Amino acid sequence: MTATVVTITSGKGGVGKTTATANLAAALATEGQKVVCIDADIGLRNLDVILGLENRIVYDLVDVIEGRCRLRQAMIRDKRLPELYLIPAAQTRDKSAVSPSDMVRLCNELRPEVDWILLDSPAGIERGFRNAIAPADIVLVVTNPEVSAVRDADRIIGLIEAEEKGPARLIINRLKPEMVRRGDMLDIDDVLELLAVELIGVVPDDEQVVVSANRGLPVAMDGNNQAGKAFKNIARRLLGHKVPFMDLEANKGFFDRLARFFRTTGE
Amino acid sequence: MPQWLDRLLGRQPPSAVQAKERLQLVLVHDRTNLSPAKLETLKDEIIEVISRHIDIDPQAVQIDVSRDGRQQRLIADIPLRPVRREE
Repeated sequence: MTATVVTITSGKGGVGKTTATANLAAALATEGQKVVCIDADIGLRNLDVILGLENRIVYDLVDVIEGRCRLRQAMIRDKRLPELYLIPAAQTRDKSAVSPSDMVRLCNELRPEVDWILLDSPAGIERGFRNAIAPADIVLVVTNPEVSAVRDADRIIGLIEAEEKGPARLIINRLKPEMVRRGDMLDIDDVLELLAVELIGVVPDDEQVVVSANRGLPVAMDGNNQAGKAFKNIARRLLGHKVPFMDLEANKGFFDRLARFFRTTGE
Repeated sequence: MPQWLDRLLGRQPPSAVQAKERLQLVLVHDRTNLSPAKLETLKDEIIEVISRHIDIDPQAVQIDVSRDGRQQRLIADIPLRPVRREE
């Protein structure tokens, strides 16, 4: 096995990097892949709670890097899926505890063991971001169809190109088809024209993401919902499958209400 | 209220259109580090240099940054005045 290292980043905070990382990891593991996700947001760890693994942390990323434990000991296995692991961030340290070359070394040690290494980058353009993209083979940029998120995504895409980690691929998260239809939200084509990057997926805004976070069960593992499906599609595109983009315009009127009725009663 | 009626009555364009137009300008400046003020200065200096050699109409000069994918290009359109022959 030689893992592909995928870094998930964004520039702006709060656009859904951690949610995307957790769900792509879960979706890849569901496809039978061996996946390790690493929380590179040292000091502000969250991937553990989104995955529902917060109570099982013994060692963290900084413990591995500073030699207090072996790599294996810091890998928490998610028992719900056969081959999904988390290396959590340290909560009591900051970004300077890790260097870009530490991350490269760590990933190189992991590469022969797994199929995918997913790195959840912190927001910003400083040390934490540099740490997260240093070992990347593929960089995914998450944005929302909003002015501030698009602007910051553009900045990050430029930095990724400057570091020769490009071309970045874009995830448009939290799209609200109803607002797009009213002319009150940038649509997919607007964002792609502005950022001039390749799209890898569009995730509709879905309340189920909050519900899943409450439960510590990523939407991609949690039954039938739009956001989960969108993340599964992105995972399959990473695996090289040609998956058509979801038709987000279709859910309106009677059939939508009917579908929603069955979805809510079917749980 | 339908959007076409809003527009007919001279109300604001949809907010997404405004967002896109504003972002187009902001991104050019972010990517090139070229503010509108700097661009004006650049334009004045270009006009000055060219005027030293040929006759141009300073009012007609257009200098803009155009976007081509993630590449930015400085486009200058400088119409030349026909040569006036002295009688």
